[in-house]
Amino acid sequence: MTATTASPAPSGGPAPASARGDAGPLVLGIETSCDETGVGIVRGTTLLANVISSSMDEHARYGGVVPEVAARAHLEAMEPALRAALAEADVTLDQLDAIAVTSGPGLAGALMVGVGAAKALALATGTPLYAVNHLVGHVGADVLREDGSDLELPTIALLVSGGHTSLLHVRDLVDDVELLGETIDDAAGEAFDKVARLLGLPYPGGPQIDRVAAGGDPAAIRFPRGLTLPKDLVRHRYDFSFSGLKTAVARWVERRRDEGLEVPVADVAASFREAVADVLLTKALAACADRGVPRLLLGGGVVANARVRALAAERCAAAGVELRVPPLSLCTDNGAMIAALGAQLVARGHAPSPLDFGADSTLPVTVVQAV
Amino acid sequence: MGRLPGTAYDRCVILAIDTSAGSAVAVVDRDGGVLAECAVADTRRHAEVIGTLIDEALRVAGVAPSRLSAVAAGVGPGPFTGLRVGIVAARAFAFGAGVPCLAVGSHDAVAFERLSAEAGRDVAEAGGRLDAPLVVVTDARRREVAWSAWAGLDDDGLPVLLDGPALVRPAGLDDATGASSGSPRTDPDATVVSAAALGMLAERLFEHGRAFAAPEPLYLREPDVTPSAGPKPVGR
Ligand SMILES: [Zn+2]
Repeated sequence: MTATTASPAPSGGPAPASARGDAGPLVLGIETSCDETGVGIVRGTTLLANVISSSMDEHARYGGVVPEVAARAHLEAMEPALRAALAEADVTLDQLDAIAVTSGPGLAGALMVGVGAAKALALATGTPLYAVNHLVGHVGADVLREDGSDLELPTIALLVSGGHTSLLHVRDLVDDVELLGETIDDAAGEAFDKVARLLGLPYPGGPQIDRVAAGGDPAAIRFPRGLTLPKDLVRHRYDFSFSGLKTAVARWVERRRDEGLEVPVADVAASFREAVADVLLTKALAACADRGVPRLLLGGGVVANARVRALAAERCAAAGVELRVPPLSLCTDNGAMIAALGAQLVARGHAPSPLDFGADSTLPVTVVQAV
Repeated sequence: MGRLPGTAYDRCVILAIDTSAGSAVAVVDRDGGVLAECAVADTRRHAEVIGTLIDEALRVAGVAPSRLSAVAAGVGPGPFTGLRVGIVAARAFAFGAGVPCLAVGSHDAVAFERLSAEAGRDVAEAGGRLDAPLVVVTDARRREVAWSAWAGLDDDGLPVLLDGPALVRPAGLDDATGASSGSPRTDPDATVVSAAALGMLAERLFEHGRAFAAPEPLYLREPDVTPSAGPKPVGR
């Protein structure tokens, strides 16, 4: 297990709350929906701590996240992460105004560790508890702006990771979020892992594909763009599918090997990456156009992908859409985004969640807070 | 007599949590006995009920978190997903209340309760020796049971472990328990782990300066290594 402390703000630390004029509630957020144990602390829209303990290394030999391995790691990482976050934020438990926790969607056994910890911590400290939606949390990360500007709404949000690929229309962060579409099979991040394995590259696949693709030709092979044919667009205008793409890459590579030819790894990686980036951004910008929303927010670990970022910048500029990409440490799963969403709920006067909420692996985005 | 770190000698109130079978929470006092016990038998809803049970137990006992000396966690064996909820809750509560978290084997609590009863005592009564072998058997899912073999109670009334805990198919129980195969067994379908027994056992272990269990859960089984296919798509 590796614990890292993501720097709150690479450019010299967060602005002091007083300078922002928005002290806001002090909230601790707990995130355990997949393989990162995240504990973050915010004061209003100011990031104070973002501690992430990842079990990624333990999953590497299996080529994907093993739910039981992730859940075991959450249990062991929880208390150290809580301690580290409080130390980093230089606050004590009795100063907290609220605790927020991811109650879904995600891996059930993993979510349950965070839910159990959050309930007990809230009761021990007499602190109100907010059970929040992981996906909306990714959008919430954007309120923690270093430049102090406000989150502008409405926005389209494209959230892509190893666990989810979702397109949202966010009109109000705490009570008006619509799911436009999502993957109907694999998450985009999983497709990266599977194609990486096919090409003999280690887990996690995203950074590896990105690395070798840099030297390849993205136009070398025309891989399919899932759910973009006119007949598919009728029912799945904003949905994604990556399993056909993964299969197409596998077939192409196998055929090449059968013919005794060398596999041009860089070209395959670049062409695959292009297909993913293309379909993600084509659908996201279609949503911006259809809904008349001139803003696109990216979230999730796939934001680390250089081509996804570059293509997003290119397409958004061409379409006159403002692109928002929070810092990577706030895009991958983390507790600070959960704390940030919790702080918004507190600031808007929402009541805490009841004590009997559970972990909901399929919590819909329309449920921003479990009540 | 041992002392808990940072704990006054004249105060020993423990919040005990066990989710190795159902979910059980109790508040116990070294001298005053069991102040409250709340439990839900459902073996699938640990995350849902844990907060309500803790809240209720503390309210019934009339004990504020600041009055606790420690939290005791039942560390199993038990089915993983549920077991973890109680352990993480115990650790987080102890962290939040600024008190130590003590690990106690869940089978130890079953043996302590069962053998104390055989000796004609309640778990809250300080005890003495009893020579009465017992095999504790609990459900471990996937057509396996968890078992541990006990010799009885020692002079301090604490259960004496002979062997286990370990997992076995029910049909293999005789072979696995060996010399203890003729001992009375608990019924895996009816064995509940009492948080009150767990808490009182923690009190007595502390009182007699005995060692607590290792803090890690007794999973007794390696994780399945099938990577996740990811959460199911969210319905609309
Ligand atoms: Zn995520």
